[in-house]
Amino acid sequence: MSPSTSAQPEAPLIEAAGVVKRFPGVLALDGVSFGLRAGEAHALVGENGAGKSTLLKVLTGVYRPDAGGLRLRGEPVAFGGPFDAQRAGIQAIHQEIGLVPLMSVARNLLLGREPRNRLGLIDMRALHRAAEDLLAPYGVRIDVRRPLRSCGVGTQQMVALARAVSVDARVVVMDEPTSSLEPREVETLFGVIRDLRARGIAVVYVSHRLDELFRVCSRVTVLRDGRMVHTGDLADLDRLRLVSLMLGRDMAEVRAEGMTKFSGDHERAGDVPVLEARGLTRRHQLDGVSVTVRPGEVVGLGGLLGSGRSETAKAIAGALPLDAGTVVVAGTPLRWPTTANATKAGIAMLPEDRKAEGIVPALSIRENIALAALPGLSRAGIVSDARIDRIVGTFMKRLRIKASSMHQRVGELSGGNQQKVLLARWLATEPKVLLLDEPTRGIDVGAKAEVQTLIDELAREGLGVLLISSDLEELVEGADRVVVLRDGAVAGELTGDQVSEQGVMAAIAAEPEPPAAAGPAPGDEAPGDGAPADEAPEADPAGKDEN
Amino acid sequence: MTPLTTAPPPAAGAQPRAASARGERTGRLLQQYGAPIVLLLVAGVGAAAFDGFASTANLANLAVSSSFLAIIAVGMTFVIISGGIDLSVGSQFALGGVLAAWASQYGWAAALALPLAVCGAIGLAQGWIIARTGMAPFIVTLAGLLGARGLMLAISHEGAETYLVKSDAFAEIGQGKFLGLSYPVYITLLLFVLGGLVLQRGRFGQHVFAVGGSEDAAGLMGVPVTRTKILVYLLTGLLAGLAGALNAARLSSGVTILGTGMELDVIAGVVIGGTLLTGGAGALSGTLAGVLLLGVIQNIINQIGSLTSAYQQVVSGTFLAVVVVVQRYLSRVQRLT
Repeated sequence: MSPSTSAQPEAPLIEAAGVVKRFPGVLALDGVSFGLRAGEAHALVGENGAGKSTLLKVLTGVYRPDAGGLRLRGEPVAFGGPFDAQRAGIQAIHQEIGLVPLMSVARNLLLGREPRNRLGLIDMRALHRAAEDLLAPYGVRIDVRRPLRSCGVGTQQMVALARAVSVDARVVVMDEPTSSLEPREVETLFGVIRDLRARGIAVVYVSHRLDELFRVCSRVTVLRDGRMVHTGDLADLDRLRLVSLMLGRDMAEVRAEGMTKFSGDHERAGDVPVLEARGLTRRHQLDGVSVTVRPGEVVGLGGLLGSGRSETAKAIAGALPLDAGTVVVAGTPLRWPTTANATKAGIAMLPEDRKAEGIVPALSIRENIALAALPGLSRAGIVSDARIDRIVGTFMKRLRIKASSMHQRVGELSGGNQQKVLLARWLATEPKVLLLDEPTRGIDVGAKAEVQTLIDELAREGLGVLLISSDLEELVEGADRVVVLRDGAVAGELTGDQVSEQGVMAAIAAEPEPPAAAGPAPGDEAPGDGAPADEAPEADPAGKDEN
Repeated sequence: MTPLTTAPPPAAGAQPRAASARGERTGRLLQQYGAPIVLLLVAGVGAAAFDGFASTANLANLAVSSSFLAIIAVGMTFVIISGGIDLSVGSQFALGGVLAAWASQYGWAAALALPLAVCGAIGLAQGWIIARTGMAPFIVTLAGLLGARGLMLAISHEGAETYLVKSDAFAEIGQGKFLGLSYPVYITLLLFVLGGLVLQRGRFGQHVFAVGGSEDAAGLMGVPVTRTKILVYLLTGLLAGLAGALNAARLSSGVTILGTGMELDVIAGVVIGGTLLTGGAGALSGTLAGVLLLGVIQNIINQIGSLTSAYQQVVSGTFLAVVVVVQRYLSRVQRLT
């Protein structure tokens, strides 16, 4: 669109220099520098908490950096808001598309630039023709008079893209653009990205699907813990190297083991699995995931962010509706997968986001612990105070919850103790299986060690534990077995000596087995809907917590 | 009958594309043409059952008595599409009438200008507060309702004093006829045509739809959200004042007891006409049909004679309930993802 961009190929189109962004208690970006050249597709990768989304929000004007700044073609700029960034030519295509769903496709595409006749009224025929012309290069052929929301997600994304590019975009930011697309639509999108690049438009591409990155991107920037750890040509990296950069585990230093508080193997009591999940499937998220946990066993669930780890746990706990798959607890299948039934069957889950999904900060420790166990503690709706006191007292002692009394409000406790309260709540229901989603995230080192010891103890007492952790070390040392997920499907299972950090990374980085769409073969449609692991569904990172 | 609590349409799960596209189209057609179709049916039944219904005199009377509600409903359609609500219109209608009757002693121009100025100012203030502070339109315009009624009572000394229209020219605006129809009917039709053009084909109309459909997205696409919100409340204020003035001209006096609960009738007419109470969709053609439907129901119940006019409220309320339920159902059908 802009003729000047192709003139100086090496000058960064937009550049972030030493950007620092602080949130209460967190340093989200710690001096990150990031440069984007005209006509490149730049992959931005990193695990949870790496600072990816914060950087995107700085680039698109949502956040203002605390230190450092942005340069637009060499000139310093400060965006007052998203609209400023858009006017500067930076367009973001989000999961939640920034269009008006109730308005027609055509009106959305041309809002603010409607063709008008001599009376100043919108010329409807010209409007519809212009909209069709705008959409044509994107392979979208629909009735542009339809309301946007009646179109599929893929079409909506294309409409957003078409609008963004037509409003003189120089930079297009795509955050997980393929997470809800069909394979065919993914191919179209990749074609569009190639066109954009040819026109000198820079694309920032965020995705957890390694195959996609290697297919469409020329350069990559890896963020970890708010720092830029690598930037350069993608061709110089192999998959394993990229994964190890993302996870922050250098091959050489993996040797130093024994840093966590896990004691190692647990004896495996009994052969009847306490939990058996078979073929869990949900469109765009899970693709036939099967996991088995025996009593006294800790099974790790590994994989990158968005690979379907949390979704698997949620599905087992009945919190995520499934298209297919069964959950069997101690030999009995759950007939109706609801959270209530799963709890009754003996499944307890510690969610990833304990603030949003777990604790009730305004209630006391006692009330928080008793919450889930109440149905079991009451007789004819009457709850015995003495019994609750006894149970809560036991757990507070056993889990070493540090508080002034059981009547202290949970919101006043430290992260580690909040986590223990949550754990106590579920243990009070006397579960058979414990699903732990990132149980030590955001708690300090000492509390982390205590929680790890506790997991160990619980397993030794015969509980089956499914442990999700992005901390490779924690995963490898805590688990007896590790199931590795990739793009919503099981990529491998590691047992015995295979359970190592290299093993997990290798499984994550391995090329997908079906060779179907591995090479750049435009128009080559994958057989069947979402069958091959290559195009397998995946959750969007933002929706991970909420669904 | 409080139609102010329709929940936002739920985000439904994925549905088969083809079936949904068909459902979406029928839904849209029903939304658009439901009210006119029902209006024709009810009017047809009325004409068949009562000789007096289809008489020229009755229809002309129906038209003029509906026109004041209809004028306000033009503004209310803009407000509701923008995602807001305006409860102050009934009070502003009454205030406008009293102001017009009082000002008529200074001529017809003053009788029109004063209510427009005062009610416009009230609307502007409401819009400014809603757009700038982000307060709920419900609360802000509830304050406006109380304030405007209070002001009207103060001017009329608690309703003890009824101002008579002193200007014949002004009275003529409300009472004069052309081809058997009173002038207010023509004014109403003109407003609907102009309003429809602005809403469907004007840039301001696009802004109103965008703000009501998704305020965040509208802002990102460069729509002046604040200004749009202020303008829709200014518009309802002006139109409520105008309707009040025209009514005063018709009655030759500023009647203080008018307009109580009128805001709910206006909202009912707009919603029955197919405008989504949650904002983002609607049309003035539907609003016209909705308002006329309310008028026709009233008229038929009057024809029956043995029923008190209170039954009109019962019937309208039932209609509204049905429409809101159908709307909610339709928006679920229309939602693909």
